Amino acid sequence: MGEQLNQRDIYGKTLAELGIANNNIVVLDADLSGSTKTSVFAKAFPERFFNFGVAEQNMMATAAGLASCGKTVFASTFAMFATGRAWEQVRNSLAYNNFDVKVVATHAGVTVGPDGASHQALEDIALMRAIPNMKIIVPCDGPQTKDAIEAAFSNKGPVYVRIARCKVPTVENKGEFKFGQAQVLRQGQDAAIIACGIMVNEALIAAETLAKKGIQVKVINMHTIRPLDTRAIIEAAKSTKGIVVCEEHSITGGLGSAVAEVVCENHPTKVLRVGVKNRFGQSGEPEELLKEYNLTSRDIEKAVCGILE
Amino acid sequence: MAYSDKQITDLEGKAKHIRKAIIDMLCRACSGHPGGSLSSVELITALYFAVLRHDPKNPKWPERDRFHMSKGHCCPLWYAVLAEAGYFPREELLKLRKLGAMLQGHPDRRTPGVEVASGSLGQGLSVAMGMSLAARLDQKDYRTYCLIGDGESQEGNIWEAAMAAAHYKCDNLCAILDYNNLQIDGKVSEVMGIEPVAAKWQAFGWQTIEIDGHNFKDILAAYDQARTIKLKPTIIIAHTVKGKGVSFMENVCSFHGNPPTPEQAEKALKELECD
Repeated sequence: MGEQLNQRDIYGKTLAELGIANNNIVVLDADLSGSTKTSVFAKAFPERFFNFGVAEQNMMATAAGLASCGKTVFASTFAMFATGRAWEQVRNSLAYNNFDVKVVATHAGVTVGPDGASHQALEDIALMRAIPNMKIIVPCDGPQTKDAIEAAFSNKGPVYVRIARCKVPTVENKGEFKFGQAQVLRQGQDAAIIACGIMVNEALIAAETLAKKGIQVKVINMHTIRPLDTRAIIEAAKSTKGIVVCEEHSITGGLGSAVAEVVCENHPTKVLRVGVKNRFGQSGEPEELLKEYNLTSRDIEKAVCGILE
Repeated sequence: MAYSDKQITDLEGKAKHIRKAIIDMLCRACSGHPGGSLSSVELITALYFAVLRHDPKNPKWPERDRFHMSKGHCCPLWYAVLAEAGYFPREELLKLRKLGAMLQGHPDRRTPGVEVASGSLGQGLSVAMGMSLAARLDQKDYRTYCLIGDGESQEGNIWEAAMAAAHYKCDNLCAILDYNNLQIDGKVSEVMGIEPVAAKWQAFGWQTIEIDGHNFKDILAAYDQARTIKLKPTIIIAHTVKGKGVSFMENVCSFHGNPPTPEQAEKALKELECD
């Protein structure tokens, strides 16, 4: 397993680095700058950082005003509040205007841990995926978080970036990051696993175990959910017996749904979804919660076996 | 700044013209919001023809003052003013709310002069604050004006913005409250009272100026005074009459979101003509 890194630390550092060469970047937060790590930028460029207190709707709509004057805005808070509380501001003030605002949300999924259900966003990808113009990146680890933030910056228009609260293991040998282009991490013809975020590492562990049993599984890191790399999905559907999609998100509306839509329309095959099934989260340690919500490599293995049955 | 009688007379003439354009446009569109459009006519006419630093032939001029209509449903007024100022040909007014039209049912950036889409209430004051913060960051001296509604003031987002604009001492920001005391379901005071309005804004750290929102001298003096207020934002609380200028539309709630029929429009245009 690769080094465990905190995606939030890398976000803060990358943002501050981008801030050096780009005077146009303005960063907003809603009383969580210490958690989202926008505080790193705030320290380096206090005049270009605005804290709006616990008022996410105001933050998102203000981002629209700044962007209308030519600013590139990064607005951060927890995924729950960025996409839930302020959904309509994101929809009407940011995305509808196609403004250059990056909504970088931390604390996504059950791995938020002890804070429990109210803070564990499991619907955020679905909410952002429903909005036209919105691009979505879910980096799988620390180093890819830097790639994601840089890609968000260089792709004009609204982008949603989803990162975790907990430390995540680094996935080795991913190859180059290209926005909108899936990374094939492992080849195999029996089944394909398409994963995003922290589930990519679990998918690789599952594939390793399955290989020992003689089952060869293709593993795809779908770091960009919009625009979706449909070619990679169709190719996986054609070249294997079925697809398992894994995400630390509800099985409704997220990557699993997105993959199923593409498969149904282009090359119908069996798709099984590993994700949170019509439940809210709860308190617990991240590892415990991943087990409780069937989000482990063992669950992925079972799903692959379900494809091959 | 002193305004001559001629300037005031000219503005009154423009206001009448704009009212007629609103009636005509909404009648043709067969839908839209006359009441709040008519109540804000003097406020926005004064802004565009005597206050704003702008260039209709160059809507993206970086030094322009910004205007954002947070109560976006009153865009027929905005469109009439923009056409009158020369942002686009008047013929566009005839296509309001039609498929493919430049003039959408609520403001959209495809319209020259519209900076940010609006219509979903409560968000616009935040948007305007973003513009005001951008001016500060860019060390520009343009001002930002934002028209909000009284019913709209029931939105939580308005008060989040009110708190933040005072916190960040946005003295280049001027809100205008069209206080016509009617919303879709009835009187504001009966649907969800917002009083004491001035005290609320003062408590949030704003300078308040209360005026008769149909009196050009009052309005111009208020905009002038707002410019002199330092270290805090200003709100002009304009007492207005919904449906102002057309006798049978004044203070009639159903004209919030229903256009005049052709017969009503004819009658209204006649009234405005004789006025």
